[in-house]
This record gives sequence, structure tokens and C-alpha cells, in this order.
Amino acid sequence: MAIPLLPFRILVFVLSCMPFALLVLDIVTGSLGPDPGQTVTEALGLSALQLMIATLFITPLARWTHWSGWIKVRRMLGLFAFFYASLHLMAFLQFILGWGDLWATFTKRPYIIFGSLAFLLLIPLAATSTKAMMRRLGRQWKPLHRLVYPAVALVWLHFLFQARSDITEMVVYGLVVAFLLGVRGYWFGWRSLVPLRIPKRA
Amino acid sequence: MLIKKRPSWALSHSEITPESVYLDRRRFMGGLVAAALAGAGVPRLVDAAALPVQGESLDYAAMPGFSTEEEKTPYEDVTRYNNFYEFGTDKGDPAKYADEMSVDPWSVTVEGECGKPGTYGLEDLVRPHDYQERIYRLRCVEAWSMVVPWIGIPLADLLPRFEPNSRAKYVYFETLYDPDQMRAQRSLFSTIDWPYQEGLRMDEAMNELSFMAVGLYGKTLPKQNGAPMRLVVPWKYGFKSIKSIVKIRFQEERPKTTWEMIAPQEYGFYANVNPEVDHPRWSQKRERRLPSGLLSPNWIETRKFNGYGDQVAHLYKGMDLTKYY
Ligand code: HEM
Repeated sequence: MAIPLLPFRILVFVLSCMPFALLVLDIVTGSLGPDPGQTVTEALGLSALQLMIATLFITPLARWTHWSGWIKVRRMLGLFAFFYASLHLMAFLQFILGWGDLWATFTKRPYIIFGSLAFLLLIPLAATSTKAMMRRLGRQWKPLHRLVYPAVALVWLHFLFQARSDITEMVVYGLVVAFLLGVRGYWFGWRSLVPLRIPKRA
Repeated sequence: MLIKKRPSWALSHSEITPESVYLDRRRFMGGLVAAALAGAGVPRLVDAAALPVQGESLDYAAMPGFSTEEEKTPYEDVTRYNNFYEFGTDKGDPAKYADEMSVDPWSVTVEGECGKPGTYGLEDLVRPHDYQERIYRLRCVEAWSMVVPWIGIPLADLLPRFEPNSRAKYVYFETLYDPDQMRAQRSLFSTIDWPYQEGLRMDEAMNELSFMAVGLYGKTLPKQNGAPMRLVVPWKYGFKSIKSIVKIRFQEERPKTTWEMIAPQEYGFYANVNPEVDHPRWSQKRERRLPSGLLSPNWIETRKFNGYGDQVAHLYKGMDLTKYY
């Protein structure tokens, strides 16, 4: 196809930066409202989830459009998701917790536990995203990166368990995530969703 | 409709809170963006002059004995950062959508164990009373807090007019239910069984702090703050202070409250502010007093009964407040 790759990558990069840029703008102009710590934390968390979902859309998009260009931006999207998740965690620790009450927070609060487990799963994915690591891991790379499936499910639980009363947003995100995982199960077999399972050599 | 002749002993709001001084302060703050980045908090660029105190002016008496001297939360925060789930769960939703609610005319149905049940127009409810201003702390269960200058009447003056009888052990309150006017009541995935319901034990309702507010910052309540009439019980988490009340019922059994029905392990009937009892999802030991800054968050220690223990602790003598949270 004739879509030039470099402009496409720049476009995806700029779009991925947008939530961060808008937050910085809000901070600078002081338009975050009276509880900026909470607002920033929530905005970063939502961006992280949205970028995870964008990352998971790459495979279906490539299949539907028969354009391999999508695959070329997947690593970037995944790393942006990790970037926002890291900032989200830092914002929570700094602005909401103030580094106090750590033990109770990370052992007693189910939604925090779900979020933390998700973040722990994302660390090895970010760490093995380089070309060199892909080469080194070889056949193990893909099964490892399937950890993104339980990770996104945990993020969704993290989201669901903080709902106060109205779960419309959680239902919408849940349907999207279910679709993304379901379509993979349908195309590649449900066992393809199991992470860390290294297929026997053909 | 809520405007009344000013009693001679009452100060007008402009004598107490000179609006111009208050606005000047905000305008000054608006210029401090650099200070915000340096850690002085996050002031708004929004020019406060663009957001004058809305509503009709009320005449009232200041009540220093019932008012905190702490710095008030600015009007624009009090009216744009709200939990009023009838209009959505985002803090900004009520300010955006509460205009879809009509509050004039307004009536309140009084029923149950009392001698004077009936449907009362708002004017009939407030007419016999003189308004007071009480500057109360408001502690949200979500660990943030504000200081709000409410205008209203003591509940202990209002309720006896309906002549509750000896079987009236509790008083139940209900918010308007009208999905046409309250958009989030139309949500398919809300776990709230509308209308919003709250209640107090009779002795709590008759406590000198319990207040029926009709205004704030000297003027009638903005809709997002629960116009035209809302409860204010400052020693309890904010969700007890039910907004836009259309029903008051005296009853013998303890009413079930909305949040208790959704998540009894998180929200109890009493919901007294208590730093010793965590919400299952966060600690209640501290609160962010709004407006809070990003780099210099305005954390303060949460006090038992939100600092109103002298007035209300006796109500709970002998009760295990970790059990009756
Ligand atoms: C590392 C551990 C994590 C912690 C401690 C944490 C903490 C939080 C907190 C405190 C909130 C706000 C909850 C509230 O007050 O209602 C939140 C919201 C959220 N978090 Fe996390 N989080 C973590 C990991 C993650 C990860 C890895 C993601 C996604 C990749 C994520 C996505 C979200 C989302 C989508 C929200 C909802 C934002 C909204 O309300 O719109 N979180 N998280």
C-alpha cells in the first residue's frame, strides 16, 4: 500500500503524546480544578488503559486492512501505555498517597492490588520490547508478550473495582477488551490467549 | 421566592463577605501561574470575575458560634466540583447538567409519624424562619474537604413544625426523582436505585448543627449544590447531606440509605467522619482541603466527627463506632 510509513509513525507518536501534552497545558494554566492530584492521576490511568487498548487493536487492524504498517507502530503504542501507567503510579504515590500508608494501601485495597499486578506484568513487556531483546528471546518473545492479555484484564478489574455506583464506562471498556481478546480466540484459537505457553516446534 | 424582609439585627452578606474583596483575591491568584509551578498550589487562570456568585441575594444573620474561621473554599470550586450523581459521576457533571433541573416551583411532601403531614411549597417551609449563615467544614467520604458558607435554617426549628409524634424515631429524606431532568437517572448501568435516600436518627436531626440550607455565599443555592433545599450535617460524610429534597418522612424504623443499599461494607447509616475507620478503598486519616495544589497538596489531618465532637459526640455515647460506621 502507498501510505508512507514515516509520517504515519510521526502521527501516531504525536497522538500518543497528546494526553500528556494536554495535562501539562492544564497544569501550566492551572485549569485542573481544585483537586489536581486526583484529576491528574485519573487522567493518566485512563490514558494508559486507552493506549493498551490501542496496542491490542493493531493485530485486528492489520488483518482487516491487509496493511502491515500498523505493526510498525505497535511497540511505540505499547511503550506509551507503559509510560502513562508509570506516570499514573507515580502520580498516585506522590499526589494521592504522599508516600504514606503504603503497606495498607498495597495489601488491603483490591483495586490497588489489581492495578499493581497489572503494572508488574507490564514491566517485563516494556523491558523486552527492544529489537535486541526480541532477537535474544526468539520463540519465547511472543508467549511472553501475551502477558498483555491478563494485564489488560487486571486493569479492567482495577477500573471496575473503583466504581462508586455507575459502571457505564467500565461496561463500555469491558466490551471493547472482551472483543479484542475474543477476536483473537476466534482467529487463532483460544489457547493463543494463554501467556508463556511456548508452542512446540512445528 | 426565598427572599425575605431583612430582620433589623441581621447583617447583610456584603457586610460579612465583601464579594469584591473575594473576587479580587481570585483575580490576583489567577496571575500566579509561575507560583503554581514553583509549588504554591494550582490557581485557576479562569478569571474569577467571570464567575460572580450566582442566585438571588438572601438576608441572613452571621452565626459566628456555628462557623469556622478556616479559609473558605472559593465559590468557583464549591460550585464546580460536586458529587451529585443524579447528573453524572464526574465532579464537573453537576455544574454542566444541573441546569436541566427546574426548581421553581418546588414542593416538599411531609409524611409519616407526624401531626402535620402534607405537601408544602418551598415558601411555606421557609417563611416563618430567619436565615442564618453557618460556615461549616464539609468532609467528603472520598477524602477531600471544603469550607462552605451555607445560608439556611436549623433543622431543629423546621422539623417541629410538622409535629412529629413519639413514634418518630427517624427522619427520612428523599431527592427528586425525574429522569427527564436528571440525566444520570437514565443511565442503564447505575447501581443506584433512585430516588436518592437518606436519613437521620431523630436526635441527630434535632442537633443544633443540623441545618437545612437554601443558599451559599449569600445567595440562593446553585442547582449543582442541591437547590432549592438541601441538608447539611457537617459531622458526617458529605453523602449524608442530601440535596434537592422533595420528601421528608418521620418513621419508627431506621430507613435504609442509598449508599448503604449499594455497598453496606463501605457506607454505613451513621457515616460519621472518623479517621480511625478506613473506607475499604482508602484511608480516612487525612483529607485534601480544597483547593489543593499539585506540588503542594493541602493535606490536613481528619478529625473525628469532622471536628464537631463537642456538639455531637454525646449522641453516640456507648456505641462502637467501628461497628456503626
Ligand atoms: C501500579 C499500581 C496502580 C495503582 C496504585 C493505581 C492507582 C489508581 C488510583 C488511585 C486511581 C484513582 C481511583 C479513584 O480515586 O477513583 C486509579 C484509576 C485508574 N487507573 Fe490505576 N493504578 C495502578 C495501575 C494502573 C495501570 C497499570 C493502569 C492501566 C494501564 C491503570 C489504569 C487506571 C484507570 C483506567 C483508572 C480510572 C481513571 C478514571 O477514573 O477515569 N492503573 N488508579
